[in-house]
Amino acid sequence: MSDGLALNWRRIPERYAMKGNHCTNCKQDYFPSRMICPNCRRKGHLVSKDMPRIGKIVSYTKVMVGPSGFENEGNYYLALIDLGSGAKVLSQIVDSDEQDIHIGASVKKMFRKIGEVEEKGAITYGYKFKVVKPLTEDQVEALKEKNKK
Amino acid sequence: MSKLRRVAMIGAGLTKFGEHWNLSFRELGTEAAIKAVENSNIDGKEIEAMYIGCMASGRFVGQEHIGALVADQLGLNPIPSTRVEAACASGGLALRTGYLSIASGEHDIVAVGGIEKMTEVTTAEAGFALGGAGDQETELFHGATFPALYALLAKVHMKQFGTTEEQMAAVSVKNHKNAVHNPIAQFRKEISIEQVMKSGYVATPLKLLDCSPISDGAAAVILAEIGLAKKLCENPVEIIGSTHATDSLALTGRKSLTELNATKVASAQLFHQTGLTPKDIDMAEVHDCFSIAEILAIEDIGFFKKGQGGPATEQGKTALDGEIAINPSGGLKGCGHPVGATGVKQAAEMFQQLRGEAGGRQVKEAEIGLTHNVGGSGATCVMHAFRLMENR
Amino acid sequence: MSEKQKAGIVAYGVYIPRLRITVEEIARVWEKDGKHVSAGLGLKEKAVGASDEDSATIAVEASRRAIEDFGITAQKIGAIYVGSESHPYAVKPTATIVSDALQAGPEVMAADLEFACKAGTAGVQMCLGLVKSKMIEYGLSIGADTAQGKPGDALEFTAASGGAAIIIGDKENEIIATIDHTCSYTTDTPDFWRRQHAEYPEHGGRFTGEPAYFRHVIGATKLMFKQTNTKAEDYDYVVFHQPNGKFPVQAANMLGIEFKKIEQGLITPYIGNTYSGSSMIGLCSVLDVVKPGQRILVTSYGSGAGSDSFSLTVTENAGKRKADVPVREMVNEKSYIDYALYVKHRGKINRG
Repeated sequence: MSDGLALNWRRIPERYAMKGNHCTNCKQDYFPSRMICPNCRRKGHLVSKDMPRIGKIVSYTKVMVGPSGFENEGNYYLALIDLGSGAKVLSQIVDSDEQDIHIGASVKKMFRKIGEVEEKGAITYGYKFKVVKPLTEDQVEALKEKNKK
Repeated sequence: MSKLRRVAMIGAGLTKFGEHWNLSFRELGTEAAIKAVENSNIDGKEIEAMYIGCMASGRFVGQEHIGALVADQLGLNPIPSTRVEAACASGGLALRTGYLSIASGEHDIVAVGGIEKMTEVTTAEAGFALGGAGDQETELFHGATFPALYALLAKVHMKQFGTTEEQMAAVSVKNHKNAVHNPIAQFRKEISIEQVMKSGYVATPLKLLDCSPISDGAAAVILAEIGLAKKLCENPVEIIGSTHATDSLALTGRKSLTELNATKVASAQLFHQTGLTPKDIDMAEVHDCFSIAEILAIEDIGFFKKGQGGPATEQGKTALDGEIAINPSGGLKGCGHPVGATGVKQAAEMFQQLRGEAGGRQVKEAEIGLTHNVGGSGATCVMHAFRLMENR
Repeated sequence: MSEKQKAGIVAYGVYIPRLRITVEEIARVWEKDGKHVSAGLGLKEKAVGASDEDSATIAVEASRRAIEDFGITAQKIGAIYVGSESHPYAVKPTATIVSDALQAGPEVMAADLEFACKAGTAGVQMCLGLVKSKMIEYGLSIGADTAQGKPGDALEFTAASGGAAIIIGDKENEIIATIDHTCSYTTDTPDFWRRQHAEYPEHGGRFTGEPAYFRHVIGATKLMFKQTNTKAEDYDYVVFHQPNGKFPVQAANMLGIEFKKIEQGLITPYIGNTYSGSSMIGLCSVLDVVKPGQRILVTSYGSGAGSDSFSLTVTENAGKRKADVPVREMVNEKSYIDYALYVKHRGKINRG
């Protein structure tokens, strides 16, 4: 967490906008992006794809003891989130009531600071998720429509 | 296997596992190696090569290049000495590498070591170093500690199979009980289910006493080609199988969260290699870095049906005198978990057990044992099977 | 400005952090009469950014809502301006963070603005000029702050976190409200400032009132009336910068504007003063309810000092183009924290 300026900078499309990729051969999504499709290997064809900004919690935990870089955060929730197109993401869950965080809960992507670096260091930003009311089918359709534009 | 030469362990040595405030990384490694050499009744000059499992000496003590370092400390330069790294499976993989170096015909006698010195850094720094066993960029970056990754697996297991926190606690209770009789163990005292349940969450549902501790320690074994082993040693322990499988580093890449596929593959191959079935195994040292990990292991290896690992543990089926003795040494929970040393310690335990030298924790009439060493949250699994050689 | 070069607001988005602290809780710590303070300021609580929120994250969330709710293609945004007095970096732009988060760049003009509480509306003026001159298709201006009040200072009761994003465009089928005219009223008045290495701003106490806030807000609004030949009665809704719940009401009184015209845009009583976000959030709240043909007057205020005034006319698109969640609904999603958590979240604990 300390330095790694270029490492974090390189990941900006992935962390800010959840840019992953998609294999046009086996139709699988990958997040983060991969160099080759592990299913099709060299027969696959990967194209850039923005991951859905909504998903469902597959598993979660409340972390009470964080690693270095997270000393300021106290407790925080981490979840494995199914993005619905073959890709999963591990992320913090924020702005959500404890009783709403459960397996199967719908979540939406938020833009937050990740970890807390030293006061003078570069700030790292990225995705976290919050629990939302499950979308109705109409809402999902409307969202797809909007994303097309 | 058929074209490979047969390999056996002829000696084992261990430091005590725990907090070694007065011993450095190199001293721990040297102590274990000397004990193994003494135990195997060789001079040491016979050793042709060394393989040392170590996960993160760079992060823990600022020292890399430990292959040459340890050979130097033992006065064994200029023999080839190799560091092997596969996170917490570094030790197991060093053993496999040493095994293959003899099986292949390259060497006749090698030393295999595992060392980790973890207490030179703060707990938060150690958590960060260990986090490197997972996916740094997509897991550790977001604050995923190792307890958190296994907690995510535990949560799914609980939801799917009804595994309870008490059943997980039973793993720790059993392993502490075994550790009482292990002179090298970090925690030689029994604990109760209540103590585990009240020990405070680290990452829900895992509590402090569901987790293996941060430890210093080293382990070493001496391996020899079977013919040579018979000459040098009265009762060598043969390595009858060795397998190694991998999976995605990150949990997000796993097809299933209720099993570790690397364990399933490595164990299936091990049984195929040896012609054995889970029923033939008398005891196993499995990778219980967290209580849920032991439950996953005994299911994935096939000792118990999927979802039955928790109840089986609760019912005492994995106790020293149970259906199958799981972690007679006390496991990672009871002995401590100096990550690079653990895989080698597991082999050393099999060596002592199969030779009937395990004292109060001796598994009765144990003929065949296996070890299961996992790296990260299941991205590497190394397994070995052992049998005492008839040498008289 | 000529009729055929119509431009205006085509999208808007607001983000208000979830955490709240009440005025009474802050007063409890400093042993003041909370009810009295609350009544005096005309607000009960303020929004607080969590420890992982800053002006950049607020700016991104507000912008993303504007883009998503109104179906704007981020790549067509030609300019991004972020107005804030609490940019996360002293040197290094916030606008670049917003641009990459929205995937609007790299072919985009971007800059950070600072003019106390009116930096965001200054950005709206800049975007309007660029759109009207056809230099860009869309311009995005954001006012976002995690305003800092010195512990124990009067500002601590009101300095809040939040922000709004406004996208300016010129497509007739997209404009919700045309910006018919804008003008500013600017003087050098040191009522509030923060020096380079100071952690918290200083202010002139009562000096921030009459010679500062009121002079400029009234000055700019009267200038607007004069330049557009309009009067208070011509507007259906009026939004003033709202450093507290009282000043905008007083300003309206002074200008002969009825309270019901400023009520819809008066959001500070619920979330505190979000500085650069303040008048822009108020405007967004008005846009949530407007009907075609209605007229809106907005006058911001930034210490130091100046006011930007805008005269807007609501178009036929108003009914069709609205934010998914209205501001007045958004303010109700909240969770209260005490003063100890507040100082932790806002990084006011010196850990040595």
